[in-house]
Amino acid sequence: MSVEELERKRAPERASFGPVAWARWVWRTLTSMKTALILLFLLALGSVPGSLVPQRGVEPDKVARLYEQSPALAAWYDRFQLFEVFTSVWFAAIYLLLFTSLIGCVIPRTATYVRELRRKPPAAPKNLSRLPHTAAFETGLDDGPAVEQAARRLRRLRFRVVTGDGWVSAEKGYLRETGNLFFHVALLGILLAIAGGSLYGYRGNVLVVEGDGFANTVAAYDRFFPGSQVSAESLEPFSFQLQDFKVAYQVTDDKRGQALDYSAHLKVNDSPQAPARDYDLKVNDPLEIDGTQTYLIGNGYAPVFKVTDGKGQVAFEGPVACLIEDKATMTSGCVVKVPDAQPSQLGFLLRFLPTSVPLTDGNHASAFPGELNPEVQVLGAFSGDLGVRSGKPQSVYELAEPEVLKKLKPVLMGTDMPKPLAVGQSVDLPGGLGKLEYIGVKEWITLQMAYDPGRMPALLAAGTAVVAIALSLMIRRRRVFVRIAGGRAEVGGLTRTEGSATGFAEEFAEIVKVLSAAGDKDVR
Amino acid sequence: MSAERLAELSDLFVVAAVLLYVVAMVGFAVDLAFGRTRLDRATDRATDRATDRAADGEPVEARRPVAVGAAVRDGESSATSEPASVTSEASVAAGAGAAEAGAGAVGTASGPTAPNVPARAGTVALALAWLGWAANFGALVTRGLAADRWPWGNMYEFVVAICFAAVTAFLVTQIRHNVRFLGAFVMVTAALGLGLAVKVFYTVAGPVVPALDSYWIAIHVTAAIIATGLMTMAGVSGILYLVRGDGASRLPARADLERVAHRAIVFAFPLWTFAVIAGALWADRAWGRYWGWDPKEVWAFITWVAYAAYLHAKATAGWKGRAATIVQLVAFGCLMFNLIGVNIFIDGLHSYADVD
Ligand code: HEM
Repeated sequence: MSVEELERKRAPERASFGPVAWARWVWRTLTSMKTALILLFLLALGSVPGSLVPQRGVEPDKVARLYEQSPALAAWYDRFQLFEVFTSVWFAAIYLLLFTSLIGCVIPRTATYVRELRRKPPAAPKNLSRLPHTAAFETGLDDGPAVEQAARRLRRLRFRVVTGDGWVSAEKGYLRETGNLFFHVALLGILLAIAGGSLYGYRGNVLVVEGDGFANTVAAYDRFFPGSQVSAESLEPFSFQLQDFKVAYQVTDDKRGQALDYSAHLKVNDSPQAPARDYDLKVNDPLEIDGTQTYLIGNGYAPVFKVTDGKGQVAFEGPVACLIEDKATMTSGCVVKVPDAQPSQLGFLLRFLPTSVPLTDGNHASAFPGELNPEVQVLGAFSGDLGVRSGKPQSVYELAEPEVLKKLKPVLMGTDMPKPLAVGQSVDLPGGLGKLEYIGVKEWITLQMAYDPGRMPALLAAGTAVVAIALSLMIRRRRVFVRIAGGRAEVGGLTRTEGSATGFAEEFAEIVKVLSAAGDKDVR
Repeated sequence: MSAERLAELSDLFVVAAVLLYVVAMVGFAVDLAFGRTRLDRATDRATDRATDRAADGEPVEARRPVAVGAAVRDGESSATSEPASVTSEASVAAGAGAAEAGAGAVGTASGPTAPNVPARAGTVALALAWLGWAANFGALVTRGLAADRWPWGNMYEFVVAICFAAVTAFLVTQIRHNVRFLGAFVMVTAALGLGLAVKVFYTVAGPVVPALDSYWIAIHVTAAIIATGLMTMAGVSGILYLVRGDGASRLPARADLERVAHRAIVFAFPLWTFAVIAGALWADRAWGRYWGWDPKEVWAFITWVAYAAYLHAKATAGWKGRAATIVQLVAFGCLMFNLIGVNIFIDGLHSYADVD
């Protein structure tokens, strides 16, 4: 067989499965109900690792820990984008396919629906007794007027009505399909709103100590996550100062120590020119300035220290934000770095105990998260180059990288000085290296600022979705037919939707009651 | 009454509810196992059963010309005297026809002379179930009074409330449609749920953390609880559906089970949608973002998608019946994992479980 012959043999097959046919097949398959079902499954399944594997956007510290503990596993996770499931390529592929399927499904259904809306209900079938719901009664009228009366009464019940020779056909419940279409379109709306919000919105975190302030500029944030369309100028120019932060704790019972209320008192300037106003920032109650929300999301202690160096100069003075080590008692770990100290730099590791109580073994611990007896334990003091000026980024919660720490000279260890310092007390470093004074206690709060222009559109779309799905699931499409002959009316009814036909029997009985009511008065 | 007394009272109410549920369960089981109640149902309850069935897109039985023909003839005879009453008579007759022509369960309607002990057991069980419901309700109210807040701030309270919602769903459905056949299974589920709450999740009454101290708890959690209660009823029906084979059985008919499950989910799904959205609104107030893929949020989403898949399956050729029921149970599994698993195994912002 020559090549040509082969070609010719295949030709008809190809004609039926050319690119257009293929495209049509793919589109049909993609927009079929079965594919939608499978894609929904995949969407659910694809979300599962997002809850089991720590996500970079949610718990970056856990991701880092996993990299330390099992680098090989972490590398594999990373390869499959499991640290960013919800922004991964494969997850996007699932939901984009699903939404393509959705569009492909909704458009033809909308067309059908519009056509159906214009179409009149079908003529009444010949034999009504075959319908699931039937009844009969004597009309007591001539047949012509009886048909008219039935039609009128059904119209009053908000049916769409068509009459013919001796019959009435009525239908209602079109809102069901409306609801279904609106629901699916609203889902698209939610997706678009989220996408828009992430392009034009931003989020940032900052830690503020009592007495300090914040001005909404990119540089002021500790962490800043802008959308790709956000520029430095698009930040709302507000500022505020944290005057005072208060926590109320439960003091009795089993729940002793549980926080009851957080309140941060702010002096807010809505814009550089605006006068300052007072604002109490609380959990569940963000500060809103022109679409930018400021949330209170965390708090802790910032004891105030003064360090005098070996030359008698004050090398450091101020509050130091401590990391919480134990949430229940607010026992916190603090680091004081004094790169300006002479003759050598100094560093301190401390533990802050908001309510310090002595233990039987001579040690101390915090017994309550509130500051009833705030004391500080010196765990260690070091001298030597802290590496602060090396240019490498440093954590304020860590004295130094392990390799730098090894080179530092310990001048004081916690075991030398188990008794904690009370406010106003100080400790002298041996060898005339200097002195650490514990002056007082402040508190810090962490704030999150968020600007998301997609919030409102997303809310609107979500609200639409809820109303629409309720309509779609609760309303039934139903038809009622009446045939009248010789003074006798036969009524038949059916619902056109599976499942949600709850209670149509009652409704049908009610309809028949209205239809069969005697006299001209159209009773309800 | 002092807060402590109220809290103690609440604990007592829970115990009472468990006991009442267990006894009610026995009653329902007797009704189910020895019942000639099928006959009972076919006459007393024929109206709603049969018309439900017919209305549910199962017109096969109802369309049987004999049954309906009889109905119309019945109607005819009394039509002249009182036209409006025709319908009810007609549908009773049609109903009886449909019920008789229905699944194997109805076929057991025989031996009308036997003393109807099982049916009475069922009635007593129903009364006990209502009592248990009242005790469960009392437990919630006193707990709320003791803590001076909405009584669903931790895992224990949440589970107690869900059991209450599931029993409510069953009892309210029972008012209009005969779903007594589910009684034993709903009761055992509620009793086990309460037992689990007391044994594993118990926490003393007290205030909640500030993040939970918001009116959103009333909106978001209440919606979630009601939806979960309904979905629990659907889940119980789904499990029975799978356990029960085809053909005759003491267990309720598959069509009945499927219908109860679908009906419950039709109500629950919009509610769950609303609960998730209300949760997003609350998260927007509390944490500065309406959706952050926190584990609880992830599983709420998975659950929602899974129930959407169930509704799709119900509308997809070749997926009805068994396959749809399996999808429904997978969705229910996701719901339960979100309720219990996520709180215990995965920590996130929603760690309000307060379980030691
Ligand atoms: C984004 C994902 C989707 C979700 C969450 C979703 C959800 C739902 C829900 C909850 C229902 C039940 C409402 C009712 O029965 O009236 C439904 C119905 C329906 N959906 Fe979707 N859907 C999605 C995508 C799709 C897609 C891609 C298609 C088309 C292939 C589709 C076609 C349909 C159809 C035809 C119904 C009506 C079923 C019936 O008549 O009962 N959906 N959808």
